[in-house]
Amino acid sequence: MSDLRLAMSWLGGLVIAAPLALVLFFGFASLLDRRLSESAITKAIRAAIGIGLLACLGVLALMLISGKRHVVVVLGRWVETEDFHVTVKFVFDRLSVPFALLSFVLTGTIASFAERYMHREAGYNRFFVLYAVFLLGMIVASLSGTIETLFLGWELVGLSSALLVAFYQERLGPARNGLWIWSVYRVSDAALLLAAVVLHHMTGRGDFHRLLGEAAWPEGQASATGTEAFVVGLLLLIAAAGKSGLIPFCGWLPRAMEGPTPSSAVFYGALSVHLGAFLLLRVSPLIACSPALGAVLVVLGLATAGLAFLIGRVQTDIKAILSFASLSQVGVIVAEIGLGFRYLALVHLLGHACLRTLQFIRAPSLLHDYHGLENALGKHLTHAPPPFLRWADPATLARIYRFAFERAYLDSFLLTRFVLPFVRVFRRCDDLERAWTGWLQGNRSGVEDESKTPSLGMEEVT
Amino acid sequence: MIVLPLPWLEAAILFALAGALAVSRVRNLDRAWRWGVALTGLVFVCASAASLGFLLQTPETEFAEWNLQTLLFGRPYLGLDELNAPLLPAAALLHFLTALATARTRMRSFSLTWSLSAEAFHLAKFACKEPLVLVVLLTMGAVLPLMELINRGRPARVYALHMSLFVVLLWLGALLPNGTPAAIVLLAAVLIRCGVVPFHCWITDWFEQASLGIALLYVIPLSGVYAAIRLVLPIAPDWLLSGLGLLSLTTAFYAASMALVQRDLRRFFAYFFLSHASLVLVGLQLHTTVSLTGALSLWFAVLLSLGGFGLVLRAVESRFGWLSPRQHRGLYEHSPMLAVSFLLTGLASVGFPGTLGFVAADLLVEGAAGVHLFVGLAVIATATLNGIAILRVYLLLFTGARHTSSVSLNITPRERLVVLTLSALILGGGLFPQPGISSRERAAEAILEERKDHLVGKRGALAP
Repeated sequence: MSDLRLAMSWLGGLVIAAPLALVLFFGFASLLDRRLSESAITKAIRAAIGIGLLACLGVLALMLISGKRHVVVVLGRWVETEDFHVTVKFVFDRLSVPFALLSFVLTGTIASFAERYMHREAGYNRFFVLYAVFLLGMIVASLSGTIETLFLGWELVGLSSALLVAFYQERLGPARNGLWIWSVYRVSDAALLLAAVVLHHMTGRGDFHRLLGEAAWPEGQASATGTEAFVVGLLLLIAAAGKSGLIPFCGWLPRAMEGPTPSSAVFYGALSVHLGAFLLLRVSPLIACSPALGAVLVVLGLATAGLAFLIGRVQTDIKAILSFASLSQVGVIVAEIGLGFRYLALVHLLGHACLRTLQFIRAPSLLHDYHGLENALGKHLTHAPPPFLRWADPATLARIYRFAFERAYLDSFLLTRFVLPFVRVFRRCDDLERAWTGWLQGNRSGVEDESKTPSLGMEEVT
Repeated sequence: MIVLPLPWLEAAILFALAGALAVSRVRNLDRAWRWGVALTGLVFVCASAASLGFLLQTPETEFAEWNLQTLLFGRPYLGLDELNAPLLPAAALLHFLTALATARTRMRSFSLTWSLSAEAFHLAKFACKEPLVLVVLLTMGAVLPLMELINRGRPARVYALHMSLFVVLLWLGALLPNGTPAAIVLLAAVLIRCGVVPFHCWITDWFEQASLGIALLYVIPLSGVYAAIRLVLPIAPDWLLSGLGLLSLTTAFYAASMALVQRDLRRFFAYFFLSHASLVLVGLQLHTTVSLTGALSLWFAVLLSLGGFGLVLRAVESRFGWLSPRQHRGLYEHSPMLAVSFLLTGLASVGFPGTLGFVAADLLVEGAAGVHLFVGLAVIATATLNGIAILRVYLLLFTGARHTSSVSLNITPRERLVVLTLSALILGGGLFPQPGISSRERAAEAILEERKDHLVGKRGALAP
């Protein structure tokens, strides 16, 4: 039995080591300015994903053989002081193993698709470096046994997502959208970090099992009181909402479609968009402690689903339509988690991720598919409004259309209520500071000396 | 284990001073640069050897007969302890890398004489535990930037006003009898030196007026924080430290917000730095082992990550001139390595997972939240804003447009060496943080022990 446990530990370590080695390989090659050929990148990606997937399947097989449903792989204490420590711990259970397998399968499939899709693209190397970072982030987040490890994976996913949205970097739109997404992700990260701190204070450590009980998922019994569960759960819900694009953060989803189709498929159709739901599933024993939190999840999930349905109906870009269709399902999954249907939510998540990935990678050839369908039918496809909108008069329809087209005004709400006032206040402070410095320097107008000659760069010198 | 029984610390300081003198007499720019790099490299080696000697616990008696301080002053005034042992080589490394990465277009504006003189003062300051000697060194150190501004023909009034006030308060605090009034005055001096709001304008002005390399070297080692630990922390009552914490926290958040809206690259860096420096002070005021360990670790991370980030900005500026992040520049295509370095050092500064600053930031948040949840929340909010600011500037500088250039703007071999060295330290320290954290924990415990001793009246605050 101890041999079996040892084998599981080794295989579990290999699941993490494979994507980590890939990131290190690509990262060091980039830092040393060694440009890898497309075939080398392809081979490395295939090897890492193949090894990781096989190792994960191996762990699953051993779990089934041994009857164990909760395998903990501790890689050691990463940091340890007298009052603080971080343990690198990964958990293989009924939740993490399917999600990790899903991550390997879908990233492998999309990598294979991207090899051709990105062929001879200027940023081929950059794409796969970020792709490898994403894979590592997903695997670490899905298998994490402590909230700190989860945070590590969470951040890696966020960074790679934002940079891949800004992939086509000679254009303005992707850069701006990348920043918007990164900003939302940072808010989400902050909520997760705060949850980690609160968790530390509640249990003394960041280990999930301290909070969620020793039993294998989903049978764990959280040790928190209703209020504690509500506070931590709410913070985790904010984190999940940012990552999965739930209300009020759903405006970033169409912006994310600026990235290459393969990354859109795997990030916003399949994995990244479900990471929030995964987090909520992970802490579902905690949610069970607070009916109020469960109710918030149901309301938020259903509201997001309804809104995403409406917004998706008025989109004119296939990737945006698919992304809102994804969001709609994610909303339903969140509602299922709130209602306590954990297995249903997990199965829904896995099935939906696979279906949506297929739809995303078919998206570039959609028109071709439509032509094929219309040729087969011998007539044009019809586009009828949904049944419950048929009663509405044109003016109401126009209002609903506008509401959906403006994405429920959520982006403009965040922009006008938070971003612009923030920028205005601090730009004003900046102007005042410049005036103050100018006055101290002896400029009568109080305005800083603008005549200073900025230093020249290499371009100007040459 | 006994190794390196030589007075390395004194050698480092003397080499820096002698080097400054020697380089000042060389008129040829290339030769001066070669001498400067060699000497800063030598100083770095000596500082590392001194630190290694301490870490391997070489007894002082082993080189007592070589000790120049004993010969000259009768007793040693400078020495190493848990706090300063890693800081010395880190500061020396920053000077060495700055000299090494100086581009040809920057050689005229970057004074190696200044750099070596400042290095000598930094090493002496960090090695000094005697309060009065430290006050003298801080005063002399404050004069160097003034000379730089005057030599460059830049307005020096903002700097001079702030530093005059700093020096006056510093001496006043040093001369007052031990007690709360002395602590208040010294704290006010430290607040000015650290650029805490509302005394922060000299930092943005300094970055705008000085050569970027020199501006970095003066502020990045955080001499003000060192002064706070040596002069204020041992004698300040708790309520005074709480005041320091509140001001530092406000500064950290304010500076992070200002960094986020900046339209000038240097001002962005100044605020970004200020926010981090203030976070270190926040950790100091909480004076628990966790928060202090976090603050000291963050200090070390700032030295390397933010120092590296500054050097990358300097390399960008040496190629493209004084940049204003008002519009997208699209520089990635021409300098991909610089873009990667910018992102790496920038993210390391905000404590991105896997980098040097991650555990430091985590410890700081943990310590802050341990004192009060809202303090933890404010620290997290600051880190969030800083993270957004970094990516905003990255996207503005390196993406969003197509930049055309007729000359190659890619990274040079020397700059690559600097970037690789810093990357190795940032990632190595991030992946294997335990040795660094243990060292900072020991330093934190020593500082708290000293504070405890002072507060129970065993020792005088400024008595030598």
